[in-house]
Amino acid sequence: MSSCECRAAPSGTSGTLVGMRAYLLSRLAQTALVVFLSLTAVFFLVRLSGDPVLLFLPMDIQAKDVNEFRERLGFNDPLPVQYARFVSGAVRGDFGESLRYRRDALRLVLERLPATIKLGVTALLLTFCLAIPIGILCATKRGSLVDYLGMGAAVLGQAIPGFWLGLMLIYVFSVRLGWLPTGGMGGPAHFVMPCVVLASFYAARIARLTRSSVLDTLNEEYVLTARAKGLAEWIVIGKHTLKNSAIPIVTLAGLETGQLLGGAVITETIFAWPGLGRLTVQALQNRDFPVVLAAVFVISVTYTLINLAVDLLYGWLDPRTRREVAL
Amino acid sequence: MSGAALRRNGLGVLGLTLAALAVLAALAAPVLAPHDPVKGDFSQGLKPPGTPWHPLGTDQLGRDTLSRVLYGARVALFIGLCTVLLTAIVGGILGLLAGFFGGWPGQALMRLCDVQLSFPFILLALTINAIVGLGLRNIIISLAAAGWVVYARVVRGEVLSVKQRDYVQAAAALGTGRARILFRHILPNVAPSIIIVASLQFSQFIVAEAAISFLGFGVQPPTPAWGSMLSESRDFLYIAWWLAAFPGAALALTALGVNLVGDWLRDILDPKLRV
Repeated sequence: MSSCECRAAPSGTSGTLVGMRAYLLSRLAQTALVVFLSLTAVFFLVRLSGDPVLLFLPMDIQAKDVNEFRERLGFNDPLPVQYARFVSGAVRGDFGESLRYRRDALRLVLERLPATIKLGVTALLLTFCLAIPIGILCATKRGSLVDYLGMGAAVLGQAIPGFWLGLMLIYVFSVRLGWLPTGGMGGPAHFVMPCVVLASFYAARIARLTRSSVLDTLNEEYVLTARAKGLAEWIVIGKHTLKNSAIPIVTLAGLETGQLLGGAVITETIFAWPGLGRLTVQALQNRDFPVVLAAVFVISVTYTLINLAVDLLYGWLDPRTRREVAL
Repeated sequence: MSGAALRRNGLGVLGLTLAALAVLAALAAPVLAPHDPVKGDFSQGLKPPGTPWHPLGTDQLGRDTLSRVLYGARVALFIGLCTVLLTAIVGGILGLLAGFFGGWPGQALMRLCDVQLSFPFILLALTINAIVGLGLRNIIISLAAAGWVVYARVVRGEVLSVKQRDYVQAAAALGTGRARILFRHILPNVAPSIIIVASLQFSQFIVAEAAISFLGFGVQPPTPAWGSMLSESRDFLYIAWWLAAFPGAALALTALGVNLVGDWLRDILDPKLRV
């Protein structure tokens, strides 16, 4: 179970590297396919849901102008032609101009990405710093008051919707106490409430999973052996238990990291955070479909890359899965 | 009964109680609600909780908060129930067929699931909702379109493992027809996981519907949905905290109840299933 063992894979170091490269390439190809298919789906859904031009333009516009607009954006062409144009543009990263901001849609989306990443990473750190120690503590002190309180908080955290928690935090800490700003991006104080809201749900899930995963591992024979050898309890927990409990935690954490992008949509809207999520909601509200498509592109690429990173981490933690992969 | 089992059942009872209260509120809203949830009285606008005849206060149009929260249970549970049924049937059947027959249609279905899962659930449902349009029916369609993949995946996986069991092999060896194997031998063994997924998805759907309505899509005012009530309450947060507090508390308690029931069902039916 030590890390030296997994480096000395039976196929030899170079063989593993070649296998690894092939694996990475096939995964990246899969990612490209998935992103392409989701863009196609959104493209056709948008086009089939009605005339997009009428949604972009104000109600009182002249029929002649509508037609001119349509012609300019190419909506009078047959659907396959439009699709071909969309694909050839998308491959070059060109999703057209935002109908609202009159700027390149992808650039607009990418400009908002750093704010979302900052919020997401901070929330993720908060989640791990909170959830994993609580989960371990609850597992090692199973049935105690700490366990009941910790798991009670986790069950509550899972049930409380983030947007309600956000409103209540704003009421208490901004309206009543005046301690924290209601929204926007700025100094550390601006991060507090959005991060707590974004982290609450994930922290609850990860704490519960950490607890059950550590409990499972504590029953394994090698933990009994370690205890029988007379090792100190912190070594048994820290060395023998945690690394082996980590696999399901990493898997869920990875899946949750992707879902943070979804949570960011709501959190950013409540706290007026200038990120990708808020931009996407605004683009959907304004029917600014070039921006919607660019956002779909960036989100699905980010999401699948996070999942790929999680799978690689998984292989590092559990050499058994890595050998299957290398073959 | 051991301590763990006692706690599990205790939480299960708590969950059932909360869920039963939500169902009661939904069914008996016309009897329980002291006022019309949609009609307001401007002279009674923005009254705080504790006002005579308005125990939970009123909103900016003088509509009774308690009545709106009670009717909101109707909207939430109706949407949750319809979506869960729709996704369980569609996803369940597709997963069953994909697992049983396999081949390229099964593979194609799983790739489709991959595509859908390459996108956060709430964002997918939101995007679909923005495209297909607003309203009660369309929010159900959007949530179902975003949520069916979970069933398809879980059910397919279960079918693949049940298919290998001895009793299925024995039935096949005896010359039992495919349809009979599928419905008599496989479906009953897959049913518990469908029930578990359904109970765990139910609260996710209710919360997602509220979130989407909160963002201005989904259910539209004046329909008393918890999400759209919370959305309207944002403008009055400085002067009327109760408009945000009560619909959200109702949503959180309902979600808590359904989650606890889901956890409890999973412990009883299949402790190993991770969704």
